[in-house]
Amino acid sequence: MSDNKFKRRSFLKGSAALGAGVVAPTIFTRTASAYTNEPGDSRVVLGFNVPQSGPYADEGADELRAYKLAVKHLNGEGDGGMLNTFSSKTLNGTGILGRKVDYVTGDTQTKSDAARASARAMIEKDGAIMITGGSSSGVAIAVQSLCQEAGVIFMAGLTHSNDTTGKDKKANGFRHFFNAYMSAAALAPVLGKEYGTDRKAYHLTADYTWGWTQEQSMIAFTEELGWETVDTVRTPLSATDFSSYIAPVLNSGADVLILNHYGSNMVNSLTNAVQFGLRDKIVNGKQFEIVVPLYSRLMARGAGDAVKGIFGSTNWHWTLQDPGSQAFVKSFGKEYGHPPSQAAHTCYVQTLLYADAAQRAGSFNPCAIAEALEGFKFDGLGNGPTLYRAADHQCFKDVLVVRGKEKPESEFDLLEVFNVTPVDKVMYEPDNPMFAGGSLGKCNPGT
Amino acid sequence: MLKTTDNKDRLMMIAFTVAVLAAPVILAPFGAGYPDLMQRFAIYGIFAIGFNLLFGLTGYLSFGHAAFLGVGSYAAVWMLKLLSVNVIPAIIFAVVISGLFALLIGYVSLRRSGIYFSILTLAFAQMSYNLAYSVLTPITNGETGLQMDLDDPRILDAATAPGQLPPPSLFGLEMGDTHYLSFMGLDLQLNVGFYVCAAILILMFYISLRIFRSPFGMLLRAIKSNQTRLNYTGVHTRPYALVVFVISGMYAGLAGALLVCMDPLAGPERMQWTASGEVVLMTIMGGAGTLIGPVLGACIIKYFENIFSRVNDAVVSNWFSGLPDSLGDFFSAIVSPFLGSGWQMSLGLIFMLVIIFLPGGLMEGVTRLIGWLGRLFRSRNNDEDAETTSAKESSPDPHSSRPASPKES
Amino acid sequence: MDAIFLQILNGLDKGSAYALIALGLTLIFGTLGVVNFAHGALFMIGAFCTVILNKLLSLELVTQSATETTPWGTPVEVHTPYVVMWFGKVGETMIDYSVFWSILFAIPVMLIIGIAMERGLIKFFYKRPHADQILVTFGLAIVLQEIIKQVFGANPIPQPAPEAFVGSIDIGALVGLGANAVVYPIWRLVYFLFAAVIIAGVFAFLRYTTFGMVVRAGMADRETVGLLGINIDRRFTAMFGLAAVVTGLAGVMYTPILSPNYHMGMDFLVLCFVVVVVGGMGSLAGAVAAGFLLGILQSFASMPEVKAFLFGFSIDQVIIYLVAVVILLTRPRGLMGRKGIMET
Repeated sequence: MSDNKFKRRSFLKGSAALGAGVVAPTIFTRTASAYTNEPGDSRVVLGFNVPQSGPYADEGADELRAYKLAVKHLNGEGDGGMLNTFSSKTLNGTGILGRKVDYVTGDTQTKSDAARASARAMIEKDGAIMITGGSSSGVAIAVQSLCQEAGVIFMAGLTHSNDTTGKDKKANGFRHFFNAYMSAAALAPVLGKEYGTDRKAYHLTADYTWGWTQEQSMIAFTEELGWETVDTVRTPLSATDFSSYIAPVLNSGADVLILNHYGSNMVNSLTNAVQFGLRDKIVNGKQFEIVVPLYSRLMARGAGDAVKGIFGSTNWHWTLQDPGSQAFVKSFGKEYGHPPSQAAHTCYVQTLLYADAAQRAGSFNPCAIAEALEGFKFDGLGNGPTLYRAADHQCFKDVLVVRGKEKPESEFDLLEVFNVTPVDKVMYEPDNPMFAGGSLGKCNPGT
Repeated sequence: MLKTTDNKDRLMMIAFTVAVLAAPVILAPFGAGYPDLMQRFAIYGIFAIGFNLLFGLTGYLSFGHAAFLGVGSYAAVWMLKLLSVNVIPAIIFAVVISGLFALLIGYVSLRRSGIYFSILTLAFAQMSYNLAYSVLTPITNGETGLQMDLDDPRILDAATAPGQLPPPSLFGLEMGDTHYLSFMGLDLQLNVGFYVCAAILILMFYISLRIFRSPFGMLLRAIKSNQTRLNYTGVHTRPYALVVFVISGMYAGLAGALLVCMDPLAGPERMQWTASGEVVLMTIMGGAGTLIGPVLGACIIKYFENIFSRVNDAVVSNWFSGLPDSLGDFFSAIVSPFLGSGWQMSLGLIFMLVIIFLPGGLMEGVTRLIGWLGRLFRSRNNDEDAETTSAKESSPDPHSSRPASPKES
Repeated sequence: MDAIFLQILNGLDKGSAYALIALGLTLIFGTLGVVNFAHGALFMIGAFCTVILNKLLSLELVTQSATETTPWGTPVEVHTPYVVMWFGKVGETMIDYSVFWSILFAIPVMLIIGIAMERGLIKFFYKRPHADQILVTFGLAIVLQEIIKQVFGANPIPQPAPEAFVGSIDIGALVGLGANAVVYPIWRLVYFLFAAVIIAGVFAFLRYTTFGMVVRAGMADRETVGLLGINIDRRFTAMFGLAAVVTGLAGVMYTPILSPNYHMGMDFLVLCFVVVVVGGMGSLAGAVAAGFLLGILQSFASMPEVKAFLFGFSIDQVIIYLVAVVILLTRPRGLMGRKGIMET
């Protein structure tokens, strides 16, 4: 009879002693506040929610490095990085609104469930006032809607699907990264110039929402160019060997293969395509070509020599020569010994933009910050003049068309910037059919 | 004999209820006393209890149980979207749908036993996952996951403030509402959603206890120990196994519905084989066939996932900030591979250690600890001779085959 | 016609990978009866043997360039592999052929890992319930892959095939199907041949050696063989080592096809369990047959024509599992399963 009582109590005691040593309790106080997690007078907590396990762990690690660097710069440590080149001069190295910037981290595992759990822990446990990060669109959209419901700001990390600021846009969410539409709009003119306007394209597409929006955008822009779409084939996300999808390409009469894949899908399908010798072939009297609409330098490394000479687009690249990019590369390189990735760049910039918006608004209230970000025009953050559009919370800026370098000088030097497509070429109306449906709703301050 | 079991059960029920209701107090010192994690403990506790009904009793190892969790989640979101943000219809609908789904899969899979059964359930779950991710996007919203939307019909609800989504609620009590309380220097968060989950957990625990003690439960155990003999004695076992499979699937569907009610989003990863594997691991680690074990296993795995993964370098170096720099760096270097992005490493090690040293899972550890404490307590009152004998008795023999596992408690 | 021929080639190639991994798994799981969730990790470690050897061969002398600097101000590092410094052209060839050296490297490494795993851990779990085996091997798998992740990172690491094996050959032209009809990468053909040799080797070993005979007898009736005074435990340890080597080699040779990363083992794990069970528990031939069968069916399912025939349904998403369900429902013990192994 007394056995059971004893059992529980002794277990709890034992594990309490054990647990206390492992994880110190987080103690914070709350008072009646006007919005969720209103910070005290001394510090403000930001939540960095990045993939730390799973296929995107390296990208997540690079994002985290950028976040830490941004926090350093905001708190006045280090060389200030892009704070010195940012067109808005409100940030002065004293944190945000006089409060020291603190941060918490979490692991999204690139699963929407885990990402939301991690974000909720940041909001409920650590009192985070802003959540940022992520390396895939599914996660970004899931966390964005969570932040909308909880009443905090979400600054998206790497997310490329049209839906993030299209049908799933939210008033509390903001995206600096470019999207599938912009990739296609930027790539098409270059492809037309390099490969001619009389081409037959074969699409291999990752079978989920991002892949579909990428495919849809590429088809729209290449057909406008005069290309013909021979076939579009969907590949399962879990596929690791693409041989059975690539083998039929040569016989289809197509002379361009467009790989709407990202991450390890991209690495494997590109490697496979090159192994099959597609690029050595002459079809319809033309050299066979491969296009990868969205490039990630980190991932491209996994494809090795296969990326050489292949066109794609990217949000930012460390070899850019503008003062903002140079300042960022310098301070990142000094800190970590290698250049930052595009994921790192967008995350760093997002943190700065948030801090600046808070500073200009004079408040951490999500609604005030959203208002400060909406329609905000800035420069000096590596992408040239940029607009945060009020209608859908998407940044509009020049898009880089890159090509795999033939003779890389180092393991970081895989891509070369081939062309910068100006912003007016990639601009679209908020009610463009590819972005239609859904609405921002109203900003939610929570509580 | 019967009476003592009854008494024990009553006591266990009371202890369990108190522990669950007091969770915010118990968990706060571990840094786990915030609503999201407490809800997850309760929900995955329900999931594991349900899985244990099937696996612990009949020995049928389903490797696709996450499919029912996923189906329950999708069903619940659809109810929240179409009918009302009240959680009751969502939960009921999810349990019904996942029950039907379990009936279908169970009917087919239970034609085989052993590993062939496991692979059949795995195959069904993986098919569900792959289809939910891509082909079934109109129903599941694919990779992004199914969420509530501003322009959902919600035919039973009154109009809400424009531009804002109404949160799921129980007759006006919002799941996200939290009451903050200071207690003995701890900040407690008493959350509505958690107490809804807790109440259901207690109820589900009670049902599982009743099933364990019922003649039906006895029959299920007989399936585990010798199915052939049962068949020879004229008992047709498959209907019984199917009933418990469906019950177990409904538990999973209920867990899925609760996940959605606490946080209205259902994503396909919920159905992936790793999710099915997770509930298997929870149950085995806690102690398959025990009543409390699965809940314990669920809590530990979720604790590692949510707390260990959040300990970053800055936090670690903060712990050792009192030490001299070189020593602090040394300790940081030792512990960091197991924390933050290395949280899975610690989890893997825990799996191995638990099962190597505690063959019956954590509950066996608890039973041993009690036995040891009991002997210690008794030997205090006796002379030295008795103490040495009891010490000899208690030393475990590593080469002996598996000791009788604790079936109850 | 040529499309079908091409997909058969693809299927054989995919199938040879499945068959090799499943062969290793069925030695441990199908015959020793150990549910080994760390099997994928063995495949992954095999692949990383290539990475490690490549890294060893290309260990570099790092000097700092006097003239060039990085954008952040430190001097650019110049890397020269020692092997190239010492042997010149021969050294470059050595690095180029590192995949083949890795086979030699991986055999002892995988053997040691396999034996250590069996002696140090699995041995104690033969008589424990399958549930315990799942937990302990799953834990081991996680630990192994986390170690690899912390050393090599999470991104795939490219391992190009030797220069001579890069590119593709036009098989169609050789057999008279016309140019560009059936073009296939050389390395994949090499992989297929390699798999065939290994599979034949394992079968011959178990068939024609005394050792193999004892092991087969031990699988059938462990106790009787033990009563005959034969140390069957040691034979089983060797079997575990053999399984690890076969799986590891499958990983080594797969690296030019699939750039290895730390979670590649988990990606293959579930699939291999399906292959082994569909093949039938306790049957080596069944596992190999199921591997090729599922490989070929998967290839055919990905053809646009097949999808069009099924009204656009993406059957390739589920084909493996669908086939598994159909086979297990029509043949209770898979293709060639033996009675009584893990049926309760």
